[in-house]
Amino acid sequence: MTKQVTLTIDGKQVTVPDGMLVVDAAKEVGIDIPVFCYHPKMEPVGMCRQCLVEIGRPMMDRATGKPILDDKGAPKLQFLPKLETACTNPVSDGMVVYTQSEKAKAGQKANLEFLLTSHPLDCPICDKGGECPLQNLTMAHGPGKSRFLYDEKMHLAKNVPLGDLIFLDQERCIQCARCIRFQDEVAGDAVLGFDERGRSTQIVSLSDPGFDSVFSGNTTDICPVGALTTADFRFGARPWELSSSASICSQCPVGCNITFNTRREAMSDGRIVIKRVMPRQNEEVNEIWICDKGRFAYHYAESEKRLSKPLVRKDGKLSRVSWDAAARAAGEAIAKAKKDLVVLASGRLSNEDLFNLKSLADQMEGKAVLYTHMGGGDLVSLVGVGQGTNFGSMGEGSTIVVVASDLYEEAPIWYLRVKQAAQRGATLIVANPRETKLDRFASFVIRYSYGDEVKTVHDLTKKGKIGDAFVKAENAVILFGSDGLGLDGSTALATACARVLSDTEHIGKPNNGLIGVWPRANDQGAWEIGFRPEENLAGALKGKTVYVVGADPAGDNPALAKALNGAEFVVAQDLLETETTKLADIVLPVQAYTEREGTFTSGERRVQRFYPAVPALDGTKPDFAVTSQVAKEAGVILEGTSASVVFDIMAEDVKSFAGLNYARLAEVKPQWPIVGRGDLYYGGTTYENKHGLGAWLSSAAGRSEKFTLPRVQKVEELRPKEKKLLAVPVTKLYDRGVTVESAKLLNQRIGEAFIALHPSAAEQFGVEAGERVKLSLDGVSEDVVVKIDETISTGVVLVPRSMGLPISAPTEASLKVAKKVAVR
Amino acid sequence: MSYVLLRHRDIPDINTLNVYKKNGGFEAFKKVVTKMKPGEVTDTVKASGLRGRGGAGFPTGVKWSFIDNKIWPHYVVANADESEPGTFKDREIMESNPFQFLEGVAIASYAVGANAAYVYLRGEFWQVAKFLDEKIAEMEEAGYLGEKLFGTDYSLHIYTHLGAGAYICGEETAMLESIEGKRGMPRIRPPFPAVYGLYGKPTVVNNVETLTNLPMILANGADWYKNMGTPDSAGVKVFSLSGRIRKPGNYELPFGTTFRQLIYEHGGGVLDGRPVKAIMPAGASSSFIVADEKVLDMQMDYATVRTLGADLGSASVIVIDDTVSIDWIINKTIHFFKHESCGKCTPCREGTYWMMHLIEDIRDDKHSTANVDLLLNVARQMQNKCLCPLGEFSTMAVVTGIERFPQDFKESNKQVLTEPA
Ligand SMILES: Cc1cc2nc3c(=O)[nH]c(=O)nc-3n(C[C@H](O)[C@H](O)[C@H](O)COP(=O)(O)O)c2cc1C
Ligand code: SF4
Ligand code: SF4
Ligand code: SF4
Ligand code: FES
Repeated sequence: MTKQVTLTIDGKQVTVPDGMLVVDAAKEVGIDIPVFCYHPKMEPVGMCRQCLVEIGRPMMDRATGKPILDDKGAPKLQFLPKLETACTNPVSDGMVVYTQSEKAKAGQKANLEFLLTSHPLDCPICDKGGECPLQNLTMAHGPGKSRFLYDEKMHLAKNVPLGDLIFLDQERCIQCARCIRFQDEVAGDAVLGFDERGRSTQIVSLSDPGFDSVFSGNTTDICPVGALTTADFRFGARPWELSSSASICSQCPVGCNITFNTRREAMSDGRIVIKRVMPRQNEEVNEIWICDKGRFAYHYAESEKRLSKPLVRKDGKLSRVSWDAAARAAGEAIAKAKKDLVVLASGRLSNEDLFNLKSLADQMEGKAVLYTHMGGGDLVSLVGVGQGTNFGSMGEGSTIVVVASDLYEEAPIWYLRVKQAAQRGATLIVANPRETKLDRFASFVIRYSYGDEVKTVHDLTKKGKIGDAFVKAENAVILFGSDGLGLDGSTALATACARVLSDTEHIGKPNNGLIGVWPRANDQGAWEIGFRPEENLAGALKGKTVYVVGADPAGDNPALAKALNGAEFVVAQDLLETETTKLADIVLPVQAYTEREGTFTSGERRVQRFYPAVPALDGTKPDFAVTSQVAKEAGVILEGTSASVVFDIMAEDVKSFAGLNYARLAEVKPQWPIVGRGDLYYGGTTYENKHGLGAWLSSAAGRSEKFTLPRVQKVEELRPKEKKLLAVPVTKLYDRGVTVESAKLLNQRIGEAFIALHPSAAEQFGVEAGERVKLSLDGVSEDVVVKIDETISTGVVLVPRSMGLPISAPTEASLKVAKKVAVR
Repeated sequence: MSYVLLRHRDIPDINTLNVYKKNGGFEAFKKVVTKMKPGEVTDTVKASGLRGRGGAGFPTGVKWSFIDNKIWPHYVVANADESEPGTFKDREIMESNPFQFLEGVAIASYAVGANAAYVYLRGEFWQVAKFLDEKIAEMEEAGYLGEKLFGTDYSLHIYTHLGAGAYICGEETAMLESIEGKRGMPRIRPPFPAVYGLYGKPTVVNNVETLTNLPMILANGADWYKNMGTPDSAGVKVFSLSGRIRKPGNYELPFGTTFRQLIYEHGGGVLDGRPVKAIMPAGASSSFIVADEKVLDMQMDYATVRTLGADLGSASVIVIDDTVSIDWIINKTIHFFKHESCGKCTPCREGTYWMMHLIEDIRDDKHSTANVDLLLNVARQMQNKCLCPLGEFSTMAVVTGIERFPQDFKESNKQVLTEPA
């Protein structure tokens, strides 16, 4: 344990770990020292000079090394003639700090006055007004009157786009460099910098395209003034008009804790709408950060394609019917189907939804099929990371392996936290067939060819530098993904990972085990509940009664559309109108997750609650309730009144949920750094977590159960043939998925559909970077733009998922130069 | 007495390797590398009483002894940024007596166990840098720099590094940032460079003039050096004399020389025979010394100048006569510091900008008294709050100018604000 140090701050005795900064020690005992540049998540720089305090240190006798005492026997204190910055001085034994003495207060006040000489009188029109550290501190301690002539104020540009998402108001910037340092130290995308110097110092973007980072939105939370605003929320509302609801981001398996800020507004026809998404502190999940996809891709629930009435096909056309009629028709079809029922659902749904669906399938002795291209979740259920796992606590002694995943694109906050762990001393091994952003922070980069995933993982236990780093590590975690892999490939990879973890005893304890980098937020939940993917999905649907929930197979892949057309009966349950709902026999409209409550299971197998943020669209119901109603008509009784009851039943039923209950998920405990509490200058506008930190599921290994891991199934090796290309799927953060597409802001980031080729492959096919070509996969063709990637092997072509070409697994591709048009 | 630093004034062509060698060049370096332990070199320098010439006057040997020997490698950085207005001594040394300076760098490097040393020059000194590069190459050729020197295991390389024209890069931590390729902005101290310096490694930063003393000290012994100057300030100093003076220029004199001797005996007296009104002993960063007959007879050394309410700093003595109004001067210094403020910390970034507006208003004779009071108040308000000394420097002339020359800030003073004759 680190040494403890006792000091006195404003008369209060404080005992804190040695090395802690005075500002943090004060915070611990509820004394808020004003700061602007200091942020508890970043290295102190001492540049704003706001945190000036008086610090006295006991005078030491050089000869004896003991404190010199005064006549009363108290240690004599030595104060420097000048004030000191609380954010750069570590505590020491016997230190005495005055944060509120006349001298300290005068120093803080003087500094504020300096800041205000260059600050515009923008509060009434500033987005930060109402939650602005500078405004608050000025109200509390600032000079009442300006001594700086208004005419002499600097006038600077007020809406400088740093990129397409973030705007800079140069007048408001107080040059605290928090944004620069966040991008550099925390996010690892050092894309911001200062230009010029002195009073002309300005924030600039150093990247092309501007502010090229998926973490950019966080800078607006920690900017202590209204200098940085998002294109999304800018001039959108005043903070005090907003209500907040706790939620969980549904965009990826990280499960970031968020807060939805909502407002009833005239411009939305008097409806209550979401105005912005803010991070909510959960130090074990997302700390106080979220990525830009989570922050900006929330508009889909407002889409014009929202379904609001149950529909039943009559005379070939979908027509509106009552809920009762629709449920009855669906229930009858399901009752009739019995074993021939296929419930096809995705990890977009909550645990409660999936549990009811699985119960229905089980009762009918039908199948519960997970709609995904990635396998291995059953293995994660066995050897998933132990309860208590926290990337934030990994450092020296921990080894993190990332295989077949581009975390930056697939799970940005994991990327951020794995990077931080590596910088704290964890050994990071990145194995991928192509270069990824995480490579820079890796101790070892393994570059294998597509198809060699399993071998690569087996080699982790071989003697040698890498093998030792993995085998001998105190803790080891493997994150596996599906870069270039389909269902069987990723299943084989997961099996290999599970086996090496198990063989090296890296399972069943905190900071050890397997994590799947799933395509959807609640895929792991679906696996836990018992959903399994189908190798041949099209085949499995033929002639069946298909209950599709939260998925659009028909829109994703023409082959699946065909299969659904060949099904006996299709009940589609969704939020939006999709290709699948268009061909269904019955359509059941549901609520967005922002309109209801429930739980998601993150990739780290943490169950977390989300709460309703906006009123539900008229006519819609939550998925689990719809399923319950349909089931009832099919003669099956399922809970349908509340998510909490469904959850508690699930906890009885599903082993990994045992011991949990809905209420427990809402428990909180004190977290460090302390955010919220009304002082916005310390942690930023990040929300305090008052609605639950969630809880881990148990794994079979964690429960010390006996289990046998399957053998690695040999996968048919697809290797690029001579003069042919092997198309492999990769995942992009900003794709044409429904959530991103409906966020207009992100559209520019999606870009055109592209493929990536090795330079020599490009040469072989006579194409160049930026050229538009026609790529055909399994009979489907699409115009795409060529990119060059030197780090991939020559015979492959990377095809991003959800960008127009249906690709779920590696497949042969043919390439034709469409027209020689150069795109920029 | 012969020159210790400006030896080119005695010995023509000492900037050629052969002439330098013939005059005892590199003997000292050879001696320390082959015959002395690094600690002994440091002890000799401590005993000589040599203090840093970059401004702070910190005892050089003591600074070296702070180097953390648990962390390696170590670096030496020669501060050739010379950006203080009124300071122009390092340039003359480097241009005219380059080998003695480079030998000094080499001796310091040996003393602290550095195998790489950097000479950081202000951007405008690119010609000097080119010249030094040639001299470094000659030394390498002749076996005074490079691998395994004089048959020992000691190796040393010296590199020049050009800044981009920023006064703040003379501040040692900003300089280190700049060498590392970052913006020249000071770091928070502690940790000091001796513990966390260049690339985070223990580093000694010394001024060009400081280092140029070393070969002579090591050749002639600590006592020889200590016998020059005053007990407080040992040795000789190059005084850069400028302002309203007949013969401005560099004068190498022992510490303890009086202002009168410098100004009248060496500098030929004030232009037009006017009386000295004020002295800025440390360039633009100075406090004003009110010059009277008594003050003119005071000795120039660190301790004595402090009794006059100023610092000797880099000893860039600017002479001000009664034709010059102090507010005109502080207008210049404020503009300088406003222009050079790096912008990292609030009081300096905002304060220098505010002071600039006030002094402009004072010049334009708007609400004068109120503005003078406010200017004094703002300058005082900046004091003791800045991250690095630059911000503090910017207030020195302002506070002491207004306090010590109040008449120059009165509305009635019509001579105020005129350009010097
Ligand atoms: C704003 C500022 C500018 C400085 N400029 C110079 C300079 O141009 N040359 C120099 O040698 N020291 C300069 N210094 C002092 C250096 O920081 C440092 O103390 C010095 O180089 C140490 O060398 P010395 O011990 O040999 O004096 C400056 C200090 C400050 C705060
Ligand atoms: S934009 Fe905001 S965070 Fe960045 S330096 Fe300016 S005030 Fe600080
Ligand atoms: S990292 Fe994932 S969960 Fe977190 S905000 Fe981004 S998309 Fe949402
Ligand atoms: S005092 Fe001035 S020069 Fe020094 S760090 Fe602050 S702004 Fe920069
Ligand atoms: S200097 Fe301490 S908060 Fe900025």
